[in-house]
Amino acid sequence: MEEVDVEPAVTNIPAASDAKHLGFAWGPGDILVYETLYKASGAQGSGCSFIHEVRKDEDIYSPNLRKLFNESHHIFVGLQTIREDLPSKNKKPQFVSISKNYRSVIRACMEELQQVAVSTKDAEVATQYGNQVSILLAIELIWNLCEVLFIDAAPAGSLLLHLLDWVRLHKADVDEKATEVLQSESPAEHHDYWDVVVSYVLQGRLEEARQMLVKQATLHPAARNMYKLMDNLLSKMPFYNPGGTQTLTEFDVKWRHWHGEVNRCLQDNSFASNKHLDIICKIIVGDEDTLLEHKELLSTWYHFLVTRLLFSHPTVKPTELHYYAQSCMTMFLDARSVPEPLDNILLAAFEFDIHQVIKECSFGSNLREFLLLEYASGLFTHHSLWQLAVDYFDHCPEFGRVYLELQIEHIPLDTERKALKVLRICEQRQMSEQVRSICKIMAMRALRNNRLGSALSWSIRAKDAAFATLISERFLQDYCTRGTFSDLDLIDNLGPAMLLSDRLTFLGKYREFHKLYGEKRFSEAAKLLLSLMTAKIAPRSFWMTLLTDALPLLEQKEVIFSADQTHELMFCLEELTSSLSHSAAGTDKPTQDDDIEQTKVELLRLALARNLAMAIIKEGTIDA
Amino acid sequence: MEGINAKYVSQKISKTRWRLVSHSSLQQPDIFATGSWDNEVNKISFWSIGNHGGSDMDDGFEGDPQLLCEYKHDGDVLDLQFLDQERIVTTSSTGAVTIFRHHQNSQTISVSHCWPRAHRYPCDNAPCTGVVCSSPEIVTVGEDGKIIVFRADQEGVIRVIENADSSTIHAVTYLRTTEILTVNSIGQLKLWDFRQQSDAPSQILSLSGDRVPLHCVDRHPNQQHIVATGGQDGMLCVWDVRQGSTPFSLMEAHSAEMWEVHFHPTNPDHLFTCSEDGSLLHWETSTHTDMPSFLQGGRNNSMVSRSAMAPAGGNQSLISAWLSGDSSKGRLETTHMLPSQTLSVNSLDVLGQCLVCGTDGEAIFVNRQVPV
Repeated sequence: MEEVDVEPAVTNIPAASDAKHLGFAWGPGDILVYETLYKASGAQGSGCSFIHEVRKDEDIYSPNLRKLFNESHHIFVGLQTIREDLPSKNKKPQFVSISKNYRSVIRACMEELQQVAVSTKDAEVATQYGNQVSILLAIELIWNLCEVLFIDAAPAGSLLLHLLDWVRLHKADVDEKATEVLQSESPAEHHDYWDVVVSYVLQGRLEEARQMLVKQATLHPAARNMYKLMDNLLSKMPFYNPGGTQTLTEFDVKWRHWHGEVNRCLQDNSFASNKHLDIICKIIVGDEDTLLEHKELLSTWYHFLVTRLLFSHPTVKPTELHYYAQSCMTMFLDARSVPEPLDNILLAAFEFDIHQVIKECSFGSNLREFLLLEYASGLFTHHSLWQLAVDYFDHCPEFGRVYLELQIEHIPLDTERKALKVLRICEQRQMSEQVRSICKIMAMRALRNNRLGSALSWSIRAKDAAFATLISERFLQDYCTRGTFSDLDLIDNLGPAMLLSDRLTFLGKYREFHKLYGEKRFSEAAKLLLSLMTAKIAPRSFWMTLLTDALPLLEQKEVIFSADQTHELMFCLEELTSSLSHSAAGTDKPTQDDDIEQTKVELLRLALARNLAMAIIKEGTIDA
Repeated sequence: MEGINAKYVSQKISKTRWRLVSHSSLQQPDIFATGSWDNEVNKISFWSIGNHGGSDMDDGFEGDPQLLCEYKHDGDVLDLQFLDQERIVTTSSTGAVTIFRHHQNSQTISVSHCWPRAHRYPCDNAPCTGVVCSSPEIVTVGEDGKIIVFRADQEGVIRVIENADSSTIHAVTYLRTTEILTVNSIGQLKLWDFRQQSDAPSQILSLSGDRVPLHCVDRHPNQQHIVATGGQDGMLCVWDVRQGSTPFSLMEAHSAEMWEVHFHPTNPDHLFTCSEDGSLLHWETSTHTDMPSFLQGGRNNSMVSRSAMAPAGGNQSLISAWLSGDSSKGRLETTHMLPSQTLSVNSLDVLGQCLVCGTDGEAIFVNRQVPV
């Protein structure tokens, strides 16, 4: 709740040299600053290669306030789930209880901060915590008033009682003084005694005032009658009982009657001989001048307002409040002093101008959504509290999603666990773009570190076929260079993930071929090998390897490939060589690789021919 | 929900563990350790819930955890285990494995030993995701797919299984004194036997169907062949590692990743799971009759397990109620242990009648009256 027009704070950047121009760029919660040469034309840039990050020393980094954020987030989430189908009058007590919940959380935080502020030895830290405490105090004061006026929406009669509670809650020094007085040897002669009595009366705590007066009465037996009269008046002051059977009008009548009686006592000069009792009598009759004489004891204009209402108009209606508020404030404050921001906020509350309250508390437009967006964006810049922000964004129907989409990709993902949490948030909200992008980042990182299994697991999560293809290529490359498969545990156990991409399917099936071969199930292996080529699952570039793998099967004593299968193999070979010759047509002279290729092809042709022959013979033979 | 309160601690809790209590004494646990994550400066902390009834609590509720001491930790605390009464082992997102010693008299913490880049990539840090220890042996696993064995009193590593896994290993637990179990992010449960010289797992089990990453694993305290795992889809699987390569029963537990699963150490008919969806479930299984399960050997149980496989071998081995777990038959009771939905519950630990858990909402919950 800062002053709106203040001098902007100057921050020196010590590492930057003097008299240099600084360029800057806004970040989500900070500014990046760099040295630059600011010239209209010519060479740009400077010799210094540093970038400075300037960050406001935000309160959100304080551990005590973090508790406040977390607890209030918990209450917020609970609040959003209140069922819509409850009629409004049933919701009110729930809202009041939630409001009290929020307030108690704020109070708890305040007390902790106060303890720390008192116990710390560092003066600067103590001041900082002290500031935070006073801000929270003001927040709770405003909140309490808003709860009374807007959420509880007390009608005339109860309204004053609630306001009395409000004032009593925020004026704790009376009790402190009272304790001091009572603990002294002779309380009635303590110099603060009458201050305490008057303060009690000003707060409407008449029972306690009477108890204090008894002590004075015992000291002055001569004036016993006067004290008895005062005690009588104080005991008979009517207070409205909202739960009782008395209506407001009946209460009003009773109160006027009592008020008249006090007035008569005043006119009769019954207390003229005792200055203090006279003052008290004038107070309870509602004499403004006497009230104003006790500004120090009242200390705030809103206390004055409530006291004045208590003793002159206890059946005040909510709609009448603002008249009294404005006039009280004017009367209380000197002509010279300017109302503080807090005063304006409270005045706006008394005028039931919610928008004004919010506006005075912050700046800008008055949408609940805008406030939530601001709050959540602030939370998002925190390295840890971003998770809370997500829930707030969820409840901003217009812009929440857009904000979330923009910000969620900027969260640094150091560990898989954090990435999983962010992904879960994105998946729950069907933010498929972000899911794909995050999975791709994690998969690339895994690939770079040669963690092919992790990379595959990320691409499965994102259902990213292209990436799965990339990974399979890596595996196949590895195989070609090393002759064996790495990461067999992964390839052997692909399961349905195999279907994610063609290349991945091929990889799985190729590995299966190797397994079948290793188990000497040659005919099955042969069938699989053939299907890989004919069903076009294998990439063309790999066909040579597959055909070479077929060689040992062709060279077996036993005929494995049937005649038809051999025909198909030959066909594949022809296809392959024709395409190769097409591409090789442009080259100048045959290289060594080409020679090897040529040899391979010749070997294959020979093997295929021999096999075909044997197959035909075998198939043509009738077993005797 | 009696006896469970939130304590807000200004740090996201990634792991909580009770300090071991000796089995002979019937004491309830009183001290637990926590590790934080996602902070600029992470910490390990020791807390007390004052079960010894010594100091009286001036503030807060009875049993409100009080911070004893804390210490800075480099990187997120990804796993934490008590090595003995005084020392804990932590694993970090920087790949480091550290042993901290808690000095009870002075309530301070010091680093007893550290292996700074135990898990690493050639040019990057690899987070070390899980640790299990049986003093003085410590076994860790990480995102780099390595399994490393340390001894608490020795400098170097005892054994490294490089490339144990091509994907991230999320958790590890002991099956027997020389055998461990790991779970990884392609949904496989692998058994490793340290007596063997080869670097290959002795057994691989996985779910047929989608390869859902598994995040946590725990072994039944008495029946060593029964293992429970939890995965990314929140399913709780109970496996029998002696037979079959597929789980015995599958139960839908949570709507998001299950981060930890724990059998109750002394009362294994109870199981606890916690999840990213912010809930902590207490699973209670009961056998058909009122007789405790260990007395049922030899009788033909009328319960039919999901996979309808009779246990191997002539002697009727004990059918654990877990293996026949079928929630639709109403023999499995589940209760939510937390009063309301919170952010992700990252970790839980249960000992005796006390349960502690930590959440991403920067809160710790302690329940001292778990009905077991």
